[in-house]
Amino acid sequence: MKTTIASLKRGQRALIKEITSDIIPLKLLEMGCLPGNEVELLQTAPFQCPIYLTINGSHLAIRKEIAAQIEVQII
Amino acid sequence: MAKQIKVSLIGNPNTGKTSVFNLLTGLNQQVGNYPGITVEKKEGICKLSRGVKAHILDLPGTYSLNASSLDENVVIELLLNKKDKDFPDVAVVVSDVENLKRNLLLFTQIKDLEIPTILVINMADRMNRKGITLDIPLLEKELNTKISLVSARKNEGIDELKKLIESYTSLPKTPCVDALSFAPDYFDRLKKAFPNQSVYKLWLVITQDVNFRKFSKQDITITPDFKIKSESELKRLQQKETIKRYQFINDVLKRGLVTDEKAATGMRAKLDRVLTHKFWGYFIFFGILLLIFQAIYDWSSYPMDMIDEAFAWLSETTKSVLPAGPFVDLITEGIIPGLGGIVIFIPQIAFLFLFISILEESGYMSRVVFLMDRIMRRFGLSGKSVVPLVSGTACAIPAVMATRNIENWKERLITILVVPFTTCAARLPVYLIIIALVIPDEKVGWIFSYQSLTLMFLYFLGFGTAVGAAWILNKILKIKSKSYFVIEMPGYKVPLFKNVVINVVEKTKAFVFGAGKIILAISVILWVLASFGPNENFSNAEEIITSTNNDLSQEELDNEISSYKLEHSFIGYAGKAIEPIVAPLGYDWKIGIGIISSFAAREVFVGTLATIYSVGSDEEETIKNRMAAEVNQKTGKPLFNLASGISLLLFYAFAMQCMSTLAIVKRETNSWKWPMVQLVFMSILAYAIALIAYQVLK
Repeated sequence: MKTTIASLKRGQRALIKEITSDIIPLKLLEMGCLPGNEVELLQTAPFQCPIYLTINGSHLAIRKEIAAQIEVQII
Repeated sequence: MAKQIKVSLIGNPNTGKTSVFNLLTGLNQQVGNYPGITVEKKEGICKLSRGVKAHILDLPGTYSLNASSLDENVVIELLLNKKDKDFPDVAVVVSDVENLKRNLLLFTQIKDLEIPTILVINMADRMNRKGITLDIPLLEKELNTKISLVSARKNEGIDELKKLIESYTSLPKTPCVDALSFAPDYFDRLKKAFPNQSVYKLWLVITQDVNFRKFSKQDITITPDFKIKSESELKRLQQKETIKRYQFINDVLKRGLVTDEKAATGMRAKLDRVLTHKFWGYFIFFGILLLIFQAIYDWSSYPMDMIDEAFAWLSETTKSVLPAGPFVDLITEGIIPGLGGIVIFIPQIAFLFLFISILEESGYMSRVVFLMDRIMRRFGLSGKSVVPLVSGTACAIPAVMATRNIENWKERLITILVVPFTTCAARLPVYLIIIALVIPDEKVGWIFSYQSLTLMFLYFLGFGTAVGAAWILNKILKIKSKSYFVIEMPGYKVPLFKNVVINVVEKTKAFVFGAGKIILAISVILWVLASFGPNENFSNAEEIITSTNNDLSQEELDNEISSYKLEHSFIGYAGKAIEPIVAPLGYDWKIGIGIISSFAAREVFVGTLATIYSVGSDEEETIKNRMAAEVNQKTGKPLFNLASGISLLLFYAFAMQCMSTLAIVKRETNSWKWPMVQLVFMSILAYAIALIAYQVLK
């Protein structure tokens, strides 16, 4: 199974790998979700969705289905 | 004429752009709409020095020039159109020192448009606390701009910013990064095909769905020697462009910005742990909602009572001071009660906007979106629907507009359709007066009274119906749309007093004047219709009553005459005509008139009854006393009893009675279909439920 943002646990940090899926909105990239950037999972709402992250210094929340499309490497 | 420099304020949401705008313009600002669309247009005047003024336009917050909403379209349409009368002489990009990296993305895009640009780094007072040091000369050189460090909170740096704006002609106009260098072939060909245009502007025209007057995507498509790529190829290129820009920004900030992590302190993590907690987060949110309802019902009742009495007094005094005649009657019986019906709203609306703007300014609203998203999605809504649904408790119009940042069209449409169920401020006066009339004024337990519990129930009913309707719509509507959801979680801030006050004043003003015009016009029309009749029964009322009732006192006689007159006036006949329709709900023809006129706007109801009853009596009492004295002629019981009162409350809870909302829904959905669906379904639902309630309780 691939490691994605959706599989991170609270407080875990990871590096974003290639972004290939067309589902990822441009807006998310513009907010800093780009290959090589660090992401940390801060909090999840009940039922693991949405997910509250910090990416590249930005704090944002995204839904699980998008998070599951972003491959990462845990550090 | 004094020289005027045109300035556009541009920036990401949550950077304090509006604070900077408020500091520059003070109260010297006005809010309007962009022609044809409902995006709020804020502009103001700022005096720079003797004889030099700046006209400042506060553009909607945007994360980039790649627009994904109507609000963002406004920004790029303006910046691409040199002919626009608001096209800026100088662009001021506002950024937040803590999110400089992300904020600079938009800055590099603006620079590519070759407009003189100033970079404002706001919240400079936070630098120490966050352990941030900036190398301003280096940043200015690399970013090819002038930087102004501002602290809107502490009112620092604004004078320097004004000086920079004044000397805008000396600002560099060239880009700071060649962001399109990732696909040289493609952009070279583009340049060759359109040698007179800027490549970046062409690129925006290709990738955005905006209206670029002289030049459109069409022109590029039909050019033989240049072909637009497919949508997914374009998207890849946009990704590359974004990466390129970030590479540049990272490189500059690596040298120009140092963060000492050890010095950084923040409440954010601690607050987030509580406010987004799986239990405490919800607990606190519902606590805040309760507080808001308490404020609307309890705290605002004092100023409201005062306003009610003040208008009764005003009417009475005017009557005794001015000579009698039809014109004075129009003033004392039409205009003054009509105005009173508007002014009485002010305390509640102000309280609502006060809370909403504090919640938004503090950054808390984003946490609510985060907490509620999953729950709302069950019902086909989005976490972002919470903001419209909560602002819907003030007014459905801004609420419908607040749905714009919901990315998913289906979620957005459903939110728009159900928002009018939430209890808006216009329903409140109706609720308040009927609750006061029919619900006993007794306490349950220590704090709560039956009356405030009824009001709370009506709020929950509105919210519950909205959510239930959303659930049904979600099942019925077959709309495929890409679902994505990205929301920024801004840092917590103590709301700036000035921003909150300006917001409350602006919103209240807009509401009162917008609704006020309709209410006033209807009051005057109603007064005319109630003061004249189509036949002799009206004009000869005095003789008819006097001749048939010999044993009455003068006062009783007067009352008989005025009610006879009212019955035989134009409005009386109209009311009688609809009475068979409203009678099963427990209403008489006067309430029927109130309901009909409410279709212009709900709040008209109280004003209408005020006008109708005031036509019928010479003594100025408060509206409430007059309504309590009213008797149902068929049953002989008070007209406003528990059954008819509850029926009326429920009717108002469900009915779609607001022309302005219908108009705004038409604009936002771009079709008459959806507002008509709302009107028909909500009215049928309201009638059915009110009917059942009255028949069961009677």
